[in-house]
Amino acid sequence: MTETQFDFQANIRKALANRQLRSNLSFAMGSMTAKRKAIFSDAAAFEALRAQGNAIRRRALLQLPELLERLEKKCIENGMSVHWAETTDEANRIVLGILRDHHARRLVKGKSMVSEEMHLNRFLADHGVESLETDLGEFIIQLDGETPSHIIVPAIHKNKQEIARTFHEKIPNTPYTEAVEELNAIARKTLRRKFYEGEVGLSGVNMAVAETGTLCLVENEGNGRMCTTVPPVHIAVMGLEKVVEKLSDVPPLLRLLTGSATGQLITTYVNMISGPRKPDEKDGPREIHLILLDNGRSRILSDEQLRQTLQCIRCGTCLNHCPVYTRIGGHAYGFIYPGPIGEILTPQMEGLDKAGGIPTASTLCNACEEVCPVKIPIPDLIRRLRNESYDPNGSVPGHGFKRTFAEAAVWKAWALVNRHRGLNALVTKMAPVLSPILPRLGPLEAWTRGRIRPRFSQKSLHERVREKGIKDA
Amino acid sequence: MRQYPPKPEKVYFFGTCLIDMAYPEAGMAAIHLIQREGVEVVFPHEQSCCGQPAYNSGFPEEARRVAEKQLEIFSKPYPIVVPSGSCAGMMRHHYPRLFAKDPGLSRVKAFSERIFELTEFLVHVLHIQLEDRGEPVTVTWHSSCHAAREMGVIEDSKSLIRQLGNVKLVTLENEHQCCGFGGTFAVKQPEISEAMVTDKIDDIRKTGAAEVLGGDCGCLMNITGAMSYRRIPITGRHIAEFIWERIHD
Repeated sequence: MTETQFDFQANIRKALANRQLRSNLSFAMGSMTAKRKAIFSDAAAFEALRAQGNAIRRRALLQLPELLERLEKKCIENGMSVHWAETTDEANRIVLGILRDHHARRLVKGKSMVSEEMHLNRFLADHGVESLETDLGEFIIQLDGETPSHIIVPAIHKNKQEIARTFHEKIPNTPYTEAVEELNAIARKTLRRKFYEGEVGLSGVNMAVAETGTLCLVENEGNGRMCTTVPPVHIAVMGLEKVVEKLSDVPPLLRLLTGSATGQLITTYVNMISGPRKPDEKDGPREIHLILLDNGRSRILSDEQLRQTLQCIRCGTCLNHCPVYTRIGGHAYGFIYPGPIGEILTPQMEGLDKAGGIPTASTLCNACEEVCPVKIPIPDLIRRLRNESYDPNGSVPGHGFKRTFAEAAVWKAWALVNRHRGLNALVTKMAPVLSPILPRLGPLEAWTRGRIRPRFSQKSLHERVREKGIKDA
Repeated sequence: MRQYPPKPEKVYFFGTCLIDMAYPEAGMAAIHLIQREGVEVVFPHEQSCCGQPAYNSGFPEEARRVAEKQLEIFSKPYPIVVPSGSCAGMMRHHYPRLFAKDPGLSRVKAFSERIFELTEFLVHVLHIQLEDRGEPVTVTWHSSCHAAREMGVIEDSKSLIRQLGNVKLVTLENEHQCCGFGGTFAVKQPEISEAMVTDKIDDIRKTGAAEVLGGDCGCLMNITGAMSYRRIPITGRHIAEFIWERIHD
């Protein structure tokens, strides 16, 4: 398939051939899915919580423009600055502007998928700013010059031997060790000094509360809190869908997020940031900037069905349960968001013409929908994007990119055959006759690379039923 | 929980296109199982496919046209029994979506209400009792995605196997993980599909079972096709065929 600019099929083949990757993923996923299962062991209670989470997110999206205005107003009242960015380029320039205002050349970063969406590190490097990832997983992959392969566990594709080698090779004067505690200590020691030297700290936002102008951030390592409190300036970047209406919306979403993501009741740190350092306070940043990024989100919001994509709270559990993601890993998807959520989000953000091949990487097994804490109907949205791929009158950017006369004709013929008994009987009759030569043609060629060709019966069920005298009406 | 009707006098049987072309024995066995309970089976000869291949491939209009044909053929108010969780899920849950903007939606919904997956129907409507006449055998069970997650009938299927006294049912590791068929997925993403079916086969081998059973011929075609390719001497069959063989005279 060559319909996408990046070579998805080549990525897939490369990932599948990597035995180490397969084994790392399978090991990690087993433990993550088990932890999640343990924390949501009461099915009825979990269902009620999911319904609540779904309702909160839907309600927020239905009044999104209004909530964003309230959020802005409250944040400003709290002493923060609020910036709006329609594109990732705009968002990058706002970050750079703030850094320049403070003559800052060193940025320490907490984990943020939106900053990945912005390709912020690359942008800042091009403008002479050192941007250091401080989340352990992000730190590891930054050393290796990679991007996250998972929304929550960015270095999930690596095992400890690989990490030991990276530390040994990339951090000066570091002996090779596979002891997890020692590896942690190496990272901690390297990062400590950097937090202190960081002139600006940047973070993502898990939720922003319109009612109170509060930024909610969850984390387990404490590095996020270092980024948001040690440097004199804190920049928070968030996709504009992350706003919720009320403070009381936070606890249920938090339980769903932490339970789904890491199987925890609550994370080690939950930061509720409601403003910069006050005159009588001893610590905290003197400035907080909130950047609200659109990057296609308001367009997604305008479609009643596709809007459900924006319910996502970025827990990553659909990745952990996806039989495709767990075989190929996140990098194969070629863009920022991998797995089931990436399959629906990426083509809408990037355009079907660029990323329209991604939605083919799903068996529609519904495992993602079954686990989604806010009940996003991911398989339905995958189908919608597949439809849009062929639809010249669609609404998603790049729609209709896949439409070829040949494929359209095949499905037209299929519909015709399945509406006419005579034609259907003829095709059924021909199948066993033609099947020996079919592997050399079309779809069965791919099928027979790992399977024997399907054996078609000499006598169809239609014929057997007739012989048995079973009634027609 | 679904409310089940009393035992009817007549049912429609929807054969599915895969059973029609590749697994007619499974279809016949399913029909025999229903007839054995004293219920008349009606098989409309104009029936074809539920429309799922086009529905999942990006051609909803073609899916709708084929679905319309089935709506037209299965017109009387009999229950419609489908020996596949996937096709049953399509007709029960996706037809109303496919015709969401259609003035005839209420007719579609009434049709969807009449859809029953085979084992669900045997257990909850016919309350079938099985007497095993077969030799002792160890089998394992593959839970198909749509039977599990759309129709919720896996326990029904397994309860039927458990009624068979000489059959030992061994649980498959990762029982609920997709086998990699996914209709046109196996053709559009053959490499990933193969990785998935390979893991499924490894799980099956670990059980030591002589046979793997399933309720969907798509999954069975995928799994047994890959096992035969590797010359693994484990067979695979539709549950209806397996049960019928063990209970009839």
